[in-house]
Amino acid sequence: MSAEAAVKFVTEHTPEEIERVKEWINTEEYKEKNFERTALVVNPAHACQPLGAQMVATGFEGALPFIHGSQGCASYFRSTFSRHYREPAAATCDAMTEDGAVFGGQNNLFEGLQNAYALYKPKMIPIFTTCMPEVIGDDLTAFTKNAKQQGFIPEELPTPYANTPSFNGTHIHGYDAMLVSILQTLTEGQKIEGKCTGKLNIIPGFDGNVGNLREYKRICELMGIPYTMLADVSDVFDSGCDGEYKLYPGGTKMEDAAESINGKATISFQKYSSVTTMKWIESEYDGQKAILPLPFGVKKTDELLLKLSEMFDKPIPAELKAERARAVDAMTDAQQYLHGRKFAVAGDPDYLLGIVSFLLEMGARPWHVLCSRATKKFQKEMDALLASSPFGEGCTCYINKDLWHMRSLLVTDPVDGIIGDTHAKWAARDANIPLFRIGFPIIDRVNLHRTPVVGYNGAISMLSMIANKFLDIKDETCEDQWFEMMR
Amino acid sequence: MAERKPIKGITTEKTEKLIADTLAAMPEKARKKRAPHLGANEPSVSSCAVKSNKKIVPGVMSQRGCAYAGAKGVVWGPIRDMIHVSHGPVGCGVYSWGTRRNLMQGVPGVTSFPMDFTSDFQERDIVYGGDIKLEKLLHEADELFPLNKGLSVLSECPVGLIGDDINAVAKKVSNELDKLVVPCNCEGFRGVSQSLGHHISNDSIRDHIIGKFKFKEEAGPYDVALIGDYNIGGDVWAAKPILEEIGLNVKSVWTGDGEVEKIGATHAVKLNLIHCYRSMNYMCKVMEEKWQIPWLEYNFFGPTKIEESLRAIAALFDDKIKKNVEKVIKKYRKEMDDVVAEYKPRLEGKTAMLFVGGLRPRHTIGAYEDLGIQITGAGYEFAHQDDYDRTAPEMAKGTLIYDDVSEFELEKFVEELKPDLVGSGIKEKYVFQKAGIPFRQMHSWDYSGPYHGYEGFKIFARDIDMAINSPTWGLVKSPF
Repeated sequence: MSAEAAVKFVTEHTPEEIERVKEWINTEEYKEKNFERTALVVNPAHACQPLGAQMVATGFEGALPFIHGSQGCASYFRSTFSRHYREPAAATCDAMTEDGAVFGGQNNLFEGLQNAYALYKPKMIPIFTTCMPEVIGDDLTAFTKNAKQQGFIPEELPTPYANTPSFNGTHIHGYDAMLVSILQTLTEGQKIEGKCTGKLNIIPGFDGNVGNLREYKRICELMGIPYTMLADVSDVFDSGCDGEYKLYPGGTKMEDAAESINGKATISFQKYSSVTTMKWIESEYDGQKAILPLPFGVKKTDELLLKLSEMFDKPIPAELKAERARAVDAMTDAQQYLHGRKFAVAGDPDYLLGIVSFLLEMGARPWHVLCSRATKKFQKEMDALLASSPFGEGCTCYINKDLWHMRSLLVTDPVDGIIGDTHAKWAARDANIPLFRIGFPIIDRVNLHRTPVVGYNGAISMLSMIANKFLDIKDETCEDQWFEMMR
Repeated sequence: MAERKPIKGITTEKTEKLIADTLAAMPEKARKKRAPHLGANEPSVSSCAVKSNKKIVPGVMSQRGCAYAGAKGVVWGPIRDMIHVSHGPVGCGVYSWGTRRNLMQGVPGVTSFPMDFTSDFQERDIVYGGDIKLEKLLHEADELFPLNKGLSVLSECPVGLIGDDINAVAKKVSNELDKLVVPCNCEGFRGVSQSLGHHISNDSIRDHIIGKFKFKEEAGPYDVALIGDYNIGGDVWAAKPILEEIGLNVKSVWTGDGEVEKIGATHAVKLNLIHCYRSMNYMCKVMEEKWQIPWLEYNFFGPTKIEESLRAIAALFDDKIKKNVEKVIKKYRKEMDDVVAEYKPRLEGKTAMLFVGGLRPRHTIGAYEDLGIQITGAGYEFAHQDDYDRTAPEMAKGTLIYDDVSEFELEKFVEELKPDLVGSGIKEKYVFQKAGIPFRQMHSWDYSGPYHGYEGFKIFARDIDMAINSPTWGLVKSPF
């Protein structure tokens, strides 16, 4: 066959063909085929480990996140955070290239640490890895030790590191790995028998909503409980504009993090993004420990307040009682707009449990719950939560499925709305339903990360967002005779 | 071209001192490496003074991306009718999903694929290799998205490190499906920046796509291809109509809103018109050598450059096109004058500093100047010598040139030069906005656009005005 003969004509699909496939991808038959795939992932709802590690590394005062590995990864993480928070996201990397693949990344790390320290004067350099050094097997324990011995950085500079291969777990696991490493480093030798700071350690977990972090702090302040929030990104990823750029605008103070080991109690709000950390804290930290669900909705917030009250022997103040009553008032007032409405939800395990719990409280019906990377244990927990309410009946929890699976679910078994991060907007559009943006990242709306969705006030926010959107849709789409003044 | 008038307050000596002061804070090794990448502009010297296309200095906080980003984000992603598989772990595909704004027509999931396809590597794939998975997923993708015109396989770091052979898999599956399956070994650790990803992708197009298709229609004397326009914020949709209005026949677009078979038939055109020289000059040169297709760089930012470019294009065609070009220029001149009349009074005398990819700093200078804004500093993330050579004559003497600038350096430079606007990327944006300095993202058009062509200039002018003259900047300083 001559080369010329192999040349094909440029072709166009016929409108009929396009129409046929357009309809086909909305069928039950397509859904089954879609769910049969085992190798291809389409539109995943999760990111990779080092992203989570960077969030933690950002949350300590004066800490400069340092990525050991390829430079493109650093660029992607920074861009992702900046798009979501609309804030700077400083992080540096040692830019390993081909020669690093052959000789290992030690020289890059040396030079990178030296320059980062000299230029940005961090108080701590938390190091985490990308795929490359993980595949070639770089030994960070030895590398950082050598870097200090050879004088690239001072001996006393804390350089906790975490192995965060992207081919394992998701961003929540990177969060966990980096957090435990930082705490291990900063608390080393700090434990004093019998000493108690009287403070509560708060671990918010991988949470893109800085409003949530501020809400936890506000609740503690109202209860008169002194606290240390660990990996506190609220002032870093929600810093003010006052005419001066600050590289290190906030975060957990190093001495507070060091003292956290002598705290009175420790609470993690995200079981699945703090597994390793809480296991380590359980064995090393003083005081009580609790892994609570994310306080979405009234009951989970009640649970938090009762726990705080019990741990610190403090009464729940009138202000919070009034807040609860207002939230319940809002929920009873507006229940008719959510009752019986079906929802799809996609996101990280802890967020999913929180959102579903809130929907059940409202009498709404979670219908398709999807986690694109989770364990059977999570699935069981979700199933138990769904079984705890008649409104959970008929809902299916899918694990290790992606947003293209979700699309099939939405078009074959419709719901009224989907809750998730920005990535779910494609599926929402195809299914012609609204997307309620709760999760990470939100890169197509402003300021949602500043409005808390936890606590009693968060319940009101979520409720308002959802109910009012349904009412907007009604007003925007109803025929004239159904358009009316009141809703 | 006449040399730019000097800019008030900018001298070579001052700029050199600023560079020296900035470098002084660096450890010696870093200082030595960085020094050649920073310089004061000398418009009359034929070869630009700064070095480029070298490795990042570790730890300095460079803004660069990787070869994969250059391949997936820049070259392949915009081809709308192909399935682009991010082959490797989940992250790269997720971060680059929908974050470049290369808009496309088509029915998503049916005839166009603005989605994230990935092999989502797990530990076992690293240990046992991902070739079998890749083969399977390509079949799955083709079955679920039958109207795709081909599939690309874009390697992420681990693929090259574990020794997978995506080329063999692609070849096998291509034969089985009787479809294009294009391997692209664009692992992120290759090269020094996105730039190598562009080059590798151009090579993949050369090896697997170009010359494999032909147009049904007879070739005509006005057939051209539009190269290096990625349809950011709809740029192609503002540029292509102008070329059509002057009587040219745009047969294919590389690669914004692109169709792969048309790209594969581009060797039949009479002229390649290239906008982003940095990312696509390779294929222009290939087509020139193999099919004797001439190519011409053009610039559709701002009326001055558009007119210059249209006349340069016309010079390569007959009187019909030349006449059309003058007609088109005349037709839009009034509209453009109105835009300038509206915005220039508010922008005249302002200065801006730019730091973008490999093309836009030099290409947008004319558009800023049309609005009365002078450029006091410019640099590129991943440009090469030929890009800087093209930049020097566009900048005034003594202005600051910075290659692969680090956050530390750029912050110092901006602090000293105090521009009224910084045009750069998402990672830089909020650093400067916190400091109260107006900013526009010049990679993504800050979620606006198009900026190309006559339509684009109207939007560009509005955006630059709104960035610089927003009353919100007046609130930054608190009275207490």
